[in-house]
Amino acid sequence: MTHGLPLSLGLAYVALLGVLGSVLVAFVSDRGAAFKMAMFVLLGVSGGAAVLAGLAALASPEAAAAQLPAGLPWLAWRLRLDALAGFFLLVIGLVVLAVSVYGPGYVRDFEHGADPLPVLGAFTGLFVLGMMLVVLADDAFLFMVSWELMSLSSYFLVTFQHDHAANRRAAFLYLLMAHIGALSILLGYGVLAGFGDGFAFDAMRAAELSPFWASVAFGLAFFGFGMKAGLVPMHAWLPEAHPAAPSHVSALMSGVMLKVAVYGFIRFTFDLVGQLHWQWGVAVLAIGSVSALMGVLYALMQHDLKRLLAYHSVENIGIIFIGLGLGLIFLATGHRVAGVLGVIAALYHTLNHALFKSLLFLGAGAILHSCHERDLERMGGLLRRMPWTGLFFLIGCISISALPPFNGFVSEWLTFQTALQAWLLEGGVLRSVIPIAAAVLALTGALAAACFVKVYGVAFLGRARTRRVRRARGVSRGMRIAQGYLAALCLLAGVFPTTLLGWLDAVPESLLGRGLTQATAHGWLWLTPIAPETASYSAPVVILALAAVWWLSATLLRRGKAREARRCDPWGCGFSNGLPTPRMQYSATAFAQPIRRVFGPLFHIDQQVEESGGVQRFRLHVSDRAWGLFYLPVAKAVQAASRRVTRLQSGSIRVYLGWSLATLLVLLWVVSS
Amino acid sequence: MTVFSWLMVLLQAALFLFGAPLLVGWVRLVKSRLQNRRGASPLQPYRDLRKLFGKEPLVAHTASPLFRAAPYIVFAAALLACAVVPLLTTRSPATAVADVIVLVGFLALGRFFLALAGMDVGTAFGGMGSSREMLVSAMAEPAMLLAVFTLAMTAHSTNLGSVIDHQLTGGLALRPSYLFALMGLVLVAVAETGRIPVDNPATHLELTMIHEAMILEYSGRHLALMEWAAQLKLMLYGVLIANVFLPWGIARSFSPTALGSGLLAVALKLAWLGVALAVSETVLAKMRLFRAPQFLNFAFLLALLGLLSHIILESGA
Repeated sequence: MTHGLPLSLGLAYVALLGVLGSVLVAFVSDRGAAFKMAMFVLLGVSGGAAVLAGLAALASPEAAAAQLPAGLPWLAWRLRLDALAGFFLLVIGLVVLAVSVYGPGYVRDFEHGADPLPVLGAFTGLFVLGMMLVVLADDAFLFMVSWELMSLSSYFLVTFQHDHAANRRAAFLYLLMAHIGALSILLGYGVLAGFGDGFAFDAMRAAELSPFWASVAFGLAFFGFGMKAGLVPMHAWLPEAHPAAPSHVSALMSGVMLKVAVYGFIRFTFDLVGQLHWQWGVAVLAIGSVSALMGVLYALMQHDLKRLLAYHSVENIGIIFIGLGLGLIFLATGHRVAGVLGVIAALYHTLNHALFKSLLFLGAGAILHSCHERDLERMGGLLRRMPWTGLFFLIGCISISALPPFNGFVSEWLTFQTALQAWLLEGGVLRSVIPIAAAVLALTGALAAACFVKVYGVAFLGRARTRRVRRARGVSRGMRIAQGYLAALCLLAGVFPTTLLGWLDAVPESLLGRGLTQATAHGWLWLTPIAPETASYSAPVVILALAAVWWLSATLLRRGKAREARRCDPWGCGFSNGLPTPRMQYSATAFAQPIRRVFGPLFHIDQQVEESGGVQRFRLHVSDRAWGLFYLPVAKAVQAASRRVTRLQSGSIRVYLGWSLATLLVLLWVVSS
Repeated sequence: MTVFSWLMVLLQAALFLFGAPLLVGWVRLVKSRLQNRRGASPLQPYRDLRKLFGKEPLVAHTASPLFRAAPYIVFAAALLACAVVPLLTTRSPATAVADVIVLVGFLALGRFFLALAGMDVGTAFGGMGSSREMLVSAMAEPAMLLAVFTLAMTAHSTNLGSVIDHQLTGGLALRPSYLFALMGLVLVAVAETGRIPVDNPATHLELTMIHEAMILEYSGRHLALMEWAAQLKLMLYGVLIANVFLPWGIARSFSPTALGSGLLAVALKLAWLGVALAVSETVLAKMRLFRAPQFLNFAFLLALLGLLSHIILESGA
């Protein structure tokens, strides 16, 4: 590096140092409000620097590389900030910034509790540090070390409120799954390192793999990263672990950590392995479609708000992988434009999901903070108690339901446009697989809208179902600002997709050698992913028209003889004694009942009527089929195997010595031969 | 020319706006004649709307601000969706602003707020309507998108104007995929506009209603906007079926004769569709709610068959 430090990498250093400082300050954060503030300010500085570093990396055509004076003697830690890393650094930074504004108000709950604030602050910082380093790493060694840093520190965040047995169980499951995944990733890198010359990513890129070994490496990486990202059927840890953490950490985990797994998958598949195969794309597409559909269906069955949001992360990760799968198929069959479009759609959805899922988790945290309630069945009427949170949460709901003109719609639209290019493909199988995936995506979008009507309608509309909720109070200004900032970003990403796509374009340009220039060729007003005559969308015009019709109809109707609205009681459903009670409202479970019935075979439904003392109680429990199908058999097999192994434990020292001798002999034989 | 073409968009939107109540009135008239009643004049929906606009709206104490904003959003979304559909001419610049996937998105946006408004007041009725509406739409939307994808893949475009143009220029071959897509879309249209056999627009019986349950608490101008939006939706599906699958007569230039014949053609097609709807509503009985998903699964399967038959039979290797 002769001409000094590139701007992007310098800003990345600021981000790393900022979060490191936040970790150090966290240890004394219980000594006074100033330290606590400093902890979050440093975190915010780090987030802001990460955003700027990401933007700088997207703007600069060259990747910036550096070596850190750390690591193994023969393998220094190498950092590299290219457009892909920059994009994910941007995603991390945007959410970290929101969390740092939100945090001071939210952790007030923990200051007087038994759970120590320094632990929370320090592990939050380490978690963010781990994620940033994963994205910046340029060799498998640093990648895995940071990956473990990220997994371990988030384990401590999940188990932070460890006095609940459920949280401890969730954390253990999380740790277990994270390590199975990490092992698989490590093996994947091992294959690449074996064919290449060493652990540096440059060496892996240069490696020549036979299709078989490339597929093995891809399979290992897909399994490992997919497990971390929460793809079905490896998702079971996700709805347990994410809700257990404090809400701003849930936002980081769902909003960002899953994206780091997506980053790993993109880096491994599109950058390191080299030659792509369309069969991989079909596998990714299939798993992505199943994840999207199962994620949303299980989300519909939840009535714990944070668990519901966690299941929606499974859904959205599925949508991202649908985009990546389409990209893989098209790229591997030589249709570069459609392939790049698929990757772009996935990246766009990655950013969108980071924004709206963090927004929704922060909103759930605000509800939890002000009425200590996570159960939808006890909420109601929160819009009037918490108008700002209600407004921002509504924006999050519209965005995640993929409704125009917000951001979720843009990325789903791009994914649909990619799928509609299926006519380019040769084989009949591929041609018919892709439309089915598109159909699944359409079903997913419609079900997500149903789910968020349920969430918003039950939590924020109607009337309060419990006294605590009736007395809910608005949250502090910082918490509102953080939500407002994310909501504004959701709107901006929805209304100016062309501008954003122009920035994103640097990623496929540096990664795949081809951008999507035609998509932005017609000015900021028009989004034309393939060509203007194929498809176009103008979000600014749409939102202007929507506002114009709204304004016109409102002003026209207010004039003339129409009068002010009069307040009255709602219709009492024929009850003579006044208002219907809040308990007569539709509950979240009731809302989802028709869908539960239609998709019944996909759930494990346990419902029964218990009678005790003349009172009948209806009990309903919907659980994940993945448990019975994939996890319990593995757990049983492990138990059976360990029961076999215990036969070695005879308790007699002579037998143990005999085993040791036998082992020694076998080892000697192995070494000598 | 561009200013003129945007004026055409406004004209088409206005035609939708003022034609939709007439279409509803026409369907009601035909239906009552089929049932041996004299029936109200087809202009009755206009009178109803005028009356509602003049009335004082009542809003429940328990309603939030969303309740009062929702009618405007639902109405705006319905009107924008209509503005995207080529009514008289395929050369409408609005089809470039929002393609057919965005059109489905507009409908979903309106439905989202309609369902939220149903849950706002906090009575059991609204929630019931919203829950059922979201079930029906969750099954109907993918079927509609698949039907639309069949068209889009044939024309290699999701722009509705281009799709219709492709239909007209590409020769009028009888494609099996179109037939399947048409049948799927008809079933979706019946479900989404709340007609028999999925919903009954003329009932207030709590066991059966969907759409009416959601707007039960509305009155005055709010109710008028909600009703108008529903009428727009009916006309939108009618025009979509009429102009995409039977595109004859639609104007491909801005000459007055072409536009005039376009107007005449679409009016005739809509009148026939209205008769068909009235006949089907007369001979069919409303289904139980849990038969509706089967009905819509059938629509989905038809649309999927359409797409697959396009891929396998028509696009060739």
